[in-house]
Amino acid sequence: MIDSLYIAWRYLCYNKIKTATLITCITLISFLPVSLQLLLTESERQLMSRAVSTPLVIGAKGSSLDLVMNSLYFSDEIPELISMEASERVMDSDLALSIPLYVRFQARGNPIVGTTMDYFDFRGLQIAEGRNLAVLGECVLGARVAGELKLKPGDSLMSSPETLFDLAGVYPLKMKVVGVLKKTHTSDDLAVFVDMKTAWVIQGLGHGHQDVTQLKDPTLVLKRNESNVAATAKLYHYTEITEKNINSFHFHGDTSVYPITAVIALPYDDKSGTILRGRYLSKEETRQILKPEEVIDGLLQNIFRIKNVLDAVISVVALATILAIILVFALSLRLRQGEIQTIFKLGCRRMTIARLIAAEIGLIIFASGILCVSLVFLIDRFSNDLVRVLFIS
Amino acid sequence: MINIQNLKFRYPTGDFRLDISAFVVEKGEKVAVIGPSGSGKTTLLNLISGIIPTSAGSILVGKTRVDQLKDDQRRDFRIQNIGFVFQEFELIDYLNVLDNILHPYRITSALTLDKSVKDSAAVLAESMGIGDKLKRPSNNLSHGEKQRTAICRALLSRPKLILADEATGNLDPDNKNKILDLLFKAVDQHQATLLAVTHDHELLKKFDRIVDFKDFQPKEAI
Repeated sequence: MIDSLYIAWRYLCYNKIKTATLITCITLISFLPVSLQLLLTESERQLMSRAVSTPLVIGAKGSSLDLVMNSLYFSDEIPELISMEASERVMDSDLALSIPLYVRFQARGNPIVGTTMDYFDFRGLQIAEGRNLAVLGECVLGARVAGELKLKPGDSLMSSPETLFDLAGVYPLKMKVVGVLKKTHTSDDLAVFVDMKTAWVIQGLGHGHQDVTQLKDPTLVLKRNESNVAATAKLYHYTEITEKNINSFHFHGDTSVYPITAVIALPYDDKSGTILRGRYLSKEETRQILKPEEVIDGLLQNIFRIKNVLDAVISVVALATILAIILVFALSLRLRQGEIQTIFKLGCRRMTIARLIAAEIGLIIFASGILCVSLVFLIDRFSNDLVRVLFIS
Repeated sequence: MINIQNLKFRYPTGDFRLDISAFVVEKGEKVAVIGPSGSGKTTLLNLISGIIPTSAGSILVGKTRVDQLKDDQRRDFRIQNIGFVFQEFELIDYLNVLDNILHPYRITSALTLDKSVKDSAAVLAESMGIGDKLKRPSNNLSHGEKQRTAICRALLSRPKLILADEATGNLDPDNKNKILDLLFKAVDQHQATLLAVTHDHELLKKFDRIVDFKDFQPKEAI
């Protein structure tokens, strides 16, 4: 058998293009269904586990999927905004604990999640390094963000401007990293957590600047009277919150009308949850209350329906590929009639030819198998990220 | 070495019919077989080597009745006892010179490939003047070098009978003489018997005996 393998090996090396094509074909038809199944299983695990652990989400009426994906997985699609009053309404109902979320901004490609300390308790997030949020302008990083950006407590992280060309827009905020969370293998690993007020500062709703009452430079003052000073656009706005300037930061107006993207509602019991859901059923209601499990289940049903179609397509392609491979070997045998006749004349038995062909097929399948297992291993290794890119982001 | 008696053979289709009442080649003889195309020269070699089975009569090669062997036995007998040299060289494209020489050992369990065989292949190639081309791909050789490789392949198992089917037919005149001389020298060294089909009358004087095939019957040529 070793001699047959050696001859087969020499033949395959000599016919490099044919061999590479066959290996690629077999690798693809075996790798595609396996990797697809792997990704779907991982996506189901990721999506469902988080959805099941989140009882209710309240947000603006519109796409329920966008709302759930943004609230649970911090996806790029930003739902219609609601006001902070929505969170207060839930708290005031005495039916559930409310956790406001403001997932709109990014820092170096990672979502900034504005929330309250209750979120950390709700998700069971623990600090691995440093401490939790305490002061305006601080942030706590998910484990993956800290690893990828090579940041640790004491470092700084700039928020990204919403649009590059918005010259009149808000300046990026330089946030102070005070803590890094333990790895959770969820979307929380990929987020930058800030206090709600810090998120509003990033948006420009809260800001800090030079004390206008102390201004001496006349070019900074637009209008001044006894009760009011209007500054010009030249007035310096702080882009970093420090111990020295923190007292200058302030919010104009009522923060209950400030924007958020969603509220996670944690009902005290099933009955409270049902009652709470009932309160958002009226036609005049501008907000919707969702059970993420139902939304994600619907999404998964669609994904699996598409998967069934893909399975059928892959089966047909696989069958066609196998037939093509059989044809290649049949044509190859015909082309090699001269060689076969020669070795018959030399005295080789008929079974030897079968053994040579079997060795060639075996080597091709072995190489394809190795390649397929390697690719599947890679997919498995990065399935977490791939699922985020393919199904969540 | 070869003793054929009352051999009758015909292909299932066509008029071809081989009818040999007696044909003997002594051990160590170098016999040339000549005759017009289609007279049965190559068929004779195929019958002697057991590539095609006989219809009637007996073929004795050494002490073995080839006509009485079964298909697998004929194949094993052939690879162990007969060396074949073909007009078209019939080397395997994807193997280098050394692998081509060793090829018979790799396609049968009747021969055992070990280090001594590999050493012998190198010595044989050296004696044939292709010792420095052992690693070269066989499709990268001249016609003369290809035929030398084919002769090495035929001789490596030290067969007692060499069958050459127009072995010099594809070579230029200079190479014809050189290759035939090398073949003769190797046959002498291995104390083998040579039965060679040829169309080249200029080379006939080198053989011990010439057999002329006419009307599907071998006749001693004068």
